[in-house]
Amino acid sequence: MDANNTIRPAPALKPTRIRGSRRVADRTLRLACLLATVLGAVVLGSILLMLIIEGARGFSPLLFTQPTPGPGSEGGGIANAILGSLVLTGIGILVATPIGLMAGTYLAEYGRGSKLAEVIRFLNDILLSAPSILIGLFVYTLMVRPMGSYSGWAGGVALAIIATPVIVRTTEDMLRLVPGTLREAGVALGAPMSTVIRSVTWRAASAGIVTGIILALARIAGETAPLLFTALNNNSWFSRDLMGGVANLPVMIYQFALSPYPNWQQLAWAGALLITMTILLLSVVARVVIKPQTAR
Amino acid sequence: MTALTEQIALTRSGTSTRSRKGPSKGLDALFRAASYGSALLVLVVLAGILGSILYGGWPAFREFGFGFLTSSAWNIGTEQYGALVAVTGTLASALLALVIGVPISLGIAIYLTQLCPGWARKPVGMTIELLAAVPSIIYGMWGLFIFAPFFARFVQMPVSNVVEGLPIVGTLLYARVPSGVGVLTAGIILAIMIVPFVASIARDMLDQIPTILRESAYGIGCTTWEVVRHVLLPQASVSIIGAIMLGLGRALGETMAVTFVVGNANRLSASVFDPGSTIASRIANEFNEADGLQLNSLMALGCILFAITFVVLIIARFLTRRVKVA
Repeated sequence: MDANNTIRPAPALKPTRIRGSRRVADRTLRLACLLATVLGAVVLGSILLMLIIEGARGFSPLLFTQPTPGPGSEGGGIANAILGSLVLTGIGILVATPIGLMAGTYLAEYGRGSKLAEVIRFLNDILLSAPSILIGLFVYTLMVRPMGSYSGWAGGVALAIIATPVIVRTTEDMLRLVPGTLREAGVALGAPMSTVIRSVTWRAASAGIVTGIILALARIAGETAPLLFTALNNNSWFSRDLMGGVANLPVMIYQFALSPYPNWQQLAWAGALLITMTILLLSVVARVVIKPQTAR
Repeated sequence: MTALTEQIALTRSGTSTRSRKGPSKGLDALFRAASYGSALLVLVVLAGILGSILYGGWPAFREFGFGFLTSSAWNIGTEQYGALVAVTGTLASALLALVIGVPISLGIAIYLTQLCPGWARKPVGMTIELLAAVPSIIYGMWGLFIFAPFFARFVQMPVSNVVEGLPIVGTLLYARVPSGVGVLTAGIILAIMIVPFVASIARDMLDQIPTILRESAYGIGCTTWEVVRHVLLPQASVSIIGAIMLGLGRALGETMAVTFVVGNANRLSASVFDPGSTIASRIANEFNEADGLQLNSLMALGCILFAITFVVLIIARFLTRRVKVA
């Protein structure tokens, strides 16, 4: 790529040889492209600045020890929402990882070239960009209505449905990068297919697969829409069986940010800062993990 | 299918040699079955999503028939529901997002692949990618608390004052209550949200174009604009349209950010400054308090959203794949 940088539209040409209109068009394009990029950076900067200014004001150790306060009462923290988010995301990723890993393995190894794999790959791409609120409606019909109550389990399953296609896709892509000769070498040693997959191809693609899981984690950690009708929210510590509303950061932020109480708004900002920083950190980590993979 | 049977043959011949340490035939088959089952689960889940919202929305479709699509009513007291306002709001905000977002995305992609100095390429690319990682609820808060007041003061009020009383633009761009929230605000926030996606796909596509094509164009004295316009964009056009379709799919189904800034009014207005609502924002707002026919109508709205996004995503998928194969 670096070689391309040296290629420039011959600046040595005398300006007279380029008609004015061409030069104007060229300048305009360069300026417009630069402006578009600056605009993107300014928006990101503005979002981070807003979060840091508003969020830091409400930051205190109490955030991590106190549960969310009831309407109109003073003080409080977001400890229950933090714990709830950890539990929900944990359930989501624990359910999604084995399913996504195995499905991705099917697409890249067993089903390679088959019609069924083609269809599933297609539908997985659809599921990957399906509106997350529809997944919320699905899990509501599947779990909340029959069980008669909102629950953390339903929230976890909704998040798992969002995380799975991400893991399927990255796993498949990474397994495809593993050279076929490695598999052939494994099979030639007399190892069954499952052993070859587990100890040769998975191992060769491990960094990429882990990246996929981290990306899926970053994706579901901030998801709000599918939790609205499944885990809902709760202003106290949730019960240990995760039945009833389970407090979680995204829905807490949604409800508190639009509330009339100043201390609720303050908590929403603190939660927003916490969750955004966590997700940005996860995304950066995912990119660092993938580096040795692409360099190979 | 032939590939499948080959794989099975490979597996069989592998295990039929004298048993070594390692999984038995049973475990090998189990592993294969688990992998097959997980893949089928993807299919089942997608069918489940469609089935559940169809099942939930069916009573509303039966009650209102085709009129559900053309009615703009949404009256909880008289139990009259129609999809027109929400569908219009969804399409309008998503199209506005494309109109605003696509030129910016292409600009960023062109800057990153053609103009950016080598040392800045990584950090700038990373910044744009991080924009994609910010959760949608944060965009909603930014839109409502930072962007909307700014937008009301510096865009809505001056523009409304100028266009007041004029034909066409006077209705299209007139804000009755310049609060900053509305369909256009939703479109702008959605544009910001789809930019990183469209830009990163477009960047990958531009990167895939053989360098020799660009070099040849520069070699005959083309300016950067001419190279982009006549060489790069035609080469990547199909996949860029695919990327735009992917962005459209996201914009149509985006929920939280839109719920914050769209205004959530059930009113059909000709002005893009007026509050409206989208399918997703209406479901998010009302679902938890809804029951009976209202719940069914919300589910029916979900069906319409599913149908629209499904079509858009299928088009996107075909366009982006066609290039990959070629």
